[in-house]
Order: sequence, then structure tokens, then C-alpha cells
Amino acid sequence: MSGDLFSYVYQFADVFAFLVLSAAGLAIIFGMMGIINMAHGEFIMCGVYVTSATYHMGLPLVLAQACGTAAAGLVGVVLEYLVIRPLYARPLDSLLVTLGVSLIATQGTLVILGSTFPGIGTPLGSFDVGVYTFSTYRMVLFAAAIGVLGFVYVLFMRTGFGVQARATMQNAAMARALGVPTSRIYALSFGIGAALAGLCGALYAPTMNLIPTMGAGFIVEAFVTVVVGGASVLLGTAPAAAVLAIIRSGLNAWYGQVIGQIGLLIAVILIVRVLPSGFSGWLARRSAS
Amino acid sequence: MPMPILEVAGLCARYEATPVLRGVDLVVQKGEIVALIGRNGVGKTTMMRCLIGLLAAESGTIAYQGRDVTRLGADGRARLGIGYIPQGREVFPRMTVEENLRVGEMIGRQRGAVDRSRVFTYFPILEERRRQLAGTLSGGQQQILAIGRALVGNPALILLDEPSEGIQPSIVQMICRVLRAIRDDLGTTILFVEQNLDTILTIAERGYVMEKGRIAAEIPRGDISQSNVRKHLLL
Repeated sequence: MSGDLFSYVYQFADVFAFLVLSAAGLAIIFGMMGIINMAHGEFIMCGVYVTSATYHMGLPLVLAQACGTAAAGLVGVVLEYLVIRPLYARPLDSLLVTLGVSLIATQGTLVILGSTFPGIGTPLGSFDVGVYTFSTYRMVLFAAAIGVLGFVYVLFMRTGFGVQARATMQNAAMARALGVPTSRIYALSFGIGAALAGLCGALYAPTMNLIPTMGAGFIVEAFVTVVVGGASVLLGTAPAAAVLAIIRSGLNAWYGQVIGQIGLLIAVILIVRVLPSGFSGWLARRSAS
Repeated sequence: MPMPILEVAGLCARYEATPVLRGVDLVVQKGEIVALIGRNGVGKTTMMRCLIGLLAAESGTIAYQGRDVTRLGADGRARLGIGYIPQGREVFPRMTVEENLRVGEMIGRQRGAVDRSRVFTYFPILEERRRQLAGTLSGGQQQILAIGRALVGNPALILLDEPSEGIQPSIVQMICRVLRAIRDDLGTTILFVEQNLDTILTIAERGYVMEKGRIAAEIPRGDISQSNVRKHLLL
């Protein structure tokens, strides 16, 4: 019995971690900065591939994952400077441009590296509860998701950079007139968002098959979590991921993965219909009244 | 003759295809409170945006403390000590009063920030409301916050666009008293755009009258009187 109960908790934690880690970078780039980043999945793929490549060059897994994270962050900063910069406040154009980036990255990877790439075995083994066996590494992913939420909260709510970044996102011209170097803030924020996407890829690299189109496996979940969370990344992402994880892990357990995926998307449609500004909009209105 | 803190010569600027400033010349001395007056649509707000650097000058020069800043961005000008309080306040609505002030403080660090407690003595309401979201403040309180936010950065020159617009008279009077106190205590120079006769008469020491994107007249020191100002506002 305790095995069954733990199994539900474990499934929930697994889905929650996946949603949070997929969405964290996008929450900054789309939720805060307003760039509809269709290349988000390719930032994640970048994290996966660099992690795997550096791991097979002999780096320990944790260092390889740091490399994957940093590589995606660097790619993000360069991309922001080269193509994203003119697109702030032009969401539809940003969609088109990043879709182009996504296609180039996917097809480029296919052409250069081929259709498969050596993977990494899942580390840390397993543990038993009751009659069931669970992966220890999935628990590490859950802890990492909590860590990412904490990191994003502290960075944007408790640091000078965070105050300047939020000011820039709310009113860039006024922030500039108060001496905030807004170009640098945009580049850094975009880079941090891309690095968090890279971290997601780095963390999931040991659990996945490496193929050039793997970004697509993350992007739907990332977008629905951010949209359900609403405009305030710091307030919205965690409750959105929690609610969606309960729905999905419940449906997964009772009806299987396919119904879980369908149920998740139906739930998203219903939630957005009832709460058009997402959980954070709803929470903000409640605390204001 | 002391060095002017702000010297503008032949300044031209346009929005899209429409020329708005057509060769503005004006000079502000250190420690002065100067009004920029004129009817709606003559280019006063454009002038302010051009001075802080949010709108690029097409031609002409802006010199601040003897240094040509015409090609410098707004953030660079702010770091040199120009404070900007825009029309409509433009506080950061989803940040608290305290966080709004923090944004202003960061640039002041290099030049020695004005202590936040000093701003709170000018505007006690900001201390009372410091944890409130700025977007939930009344118009008058937002104006006070916008002034406080510029002030904590310790600017040598404050550009202030229509401080009295849409604000109840008692708060306007209080703001005028504080602006004068700021100048007297800290030596801050103030250039402000205004249509409200009382505000102009209360604090302006000198004035420029704008018409069709140019300075049409100067009201010299001692000549700021009801009849003089009214003539230019109503013309």
C-alpha cells in the first residue's frame, strides 16, 4: 500500500520536475520578455548534445551538465545580440524569427551530426518502496526543479539585477532614463533563460535518446506551463506546474500516457478559458482585493 | 558668469516624418528653477524626451555641464546626473514603492546617492506605502514616487514634465514646496514643463515660452508674473 501511495507521489514529482525544468527558461524569455521563443526546444537540445559530447570526451557527468548549461546560455546571448534585439514588443515577428532559428538548428544538427548521437546511461541506480522500483535520478531531477524555482525567485526578487530586470521588462524607456543599461539587461536575461533551457536539457540528457528533433518533446509542455502560469513568472510557474502535474500524473496512472497527454491539453484549454491571465493573474487579483 | 548646467543650441527632432522641434535654443544655469511653458502640441514633452535622450536629436547640440551629450543614450545621461520625471509618472506598476526607489538609487551610487531617509522626510507617504505596489497608488502618490525615484539618484539636473497634471491642488502645493526645498538643500537644478499657472508662479524663477517647436520668448528673472505668464499660456 505504501508502495502505491509513494508511486503516485513519485509520478507527480516526475511530471512536476519535467514541467518546471522545461518551462523555467521560457518563463523568463516568453513570460517576462515577451519573445515567443519557438527555438526554446533547440536551446534544450543544445544542452543535451553538449552535455553528451563533453561527457563522452571524459568529463564527469556534473561538469558535462555545467558545460551544456553554459553552452546554451552563450548561444542565447549571441542570438539575442544578432537577431532577437529588434523584436522586443513585436511578439508575432519574434515567433517567426525563432521558428526559423529552430528549423535551422534542427536541420543543421541533422546534417552535421546525423540522426542519432551517443547517449548517456541514467546514473545513480534505483531504490525500492514496497513492491515497486524507482529511479533515484528522477528524485534528483525533482530536487533540481525546486532548486531552479528558488534560484529564479531569488535572482529576480532579491538582487539588484532582478530589480533592474523587472523594471526593464515593465517599462524599458523609463528604466533607461533612470540609468539602467537596458541592452545589457535584455542580453543577460535572455542568456539566463537560454541557460535554464540548457540546464533542462543537461539534466534530462541521461534519460533520453539523442535525436535532432528532441526539442519538440519539451516545447509543448514548456509553453502550456508558462501560459497557465500567466505573466508573473515568479508567482505562476510553480502552481501551474503543480496543478498540471496532478492532472497528468493522475491520468497517466489510471488511463495511460496518451490519455495523460490529451487530458493535460484539455485541462490547459479549460484553465485558460476560466483564468485568461493565468494563475499569477488570478493570484494577483485575489491579493489586491 | 557661471558655467551653464544645460546649454541647448539649434535642437531639431522629429516623430516619424513630423518635425516637432525646429531649432530650440535655451540655457539653464546651475541651481535655477526654469519653466518651459506653451500651449498643447508645441513640443514641450518632445523637448524633455530629447533632453534625456529617449528621442534622438536630428541636429543641434545638447551640452550638459560643458560636455556634449547629444549622441549619448538615455542611460548614459542619467548616469551623468540628469534625472527625468516623465509626463504620466511612469512608475513601475508591478513593483513596490521601495523597489521603484531602488531602481533610482542604483545610478546614484557612483556619485553618492541621496539617502533614502532624506527622501522619506520630504515625502513621508513613500515610507508609509513602501511595500505597496506602485500601480495601486493614486495619481498624486505616483507623482510623488516618480519624483522620489529621480531624487534618490542624486541628480544635478531634474527634468520634470507637467508635475501638476491630473493631481489635486493640495498635493500640487506640497510638491511645489518640496521641489523648492530640494533646490535649496541640495542645489539641484530644475527644468520643468507646466501649464498650470499657480505652479509656474509658485516655483519658477525664469521661463521659456515655446511655440511651434521653437523658443518664442524668454521670461527673465523677476518677470514671472500672473499677467506675463497668462499671456503666453492663453495666446
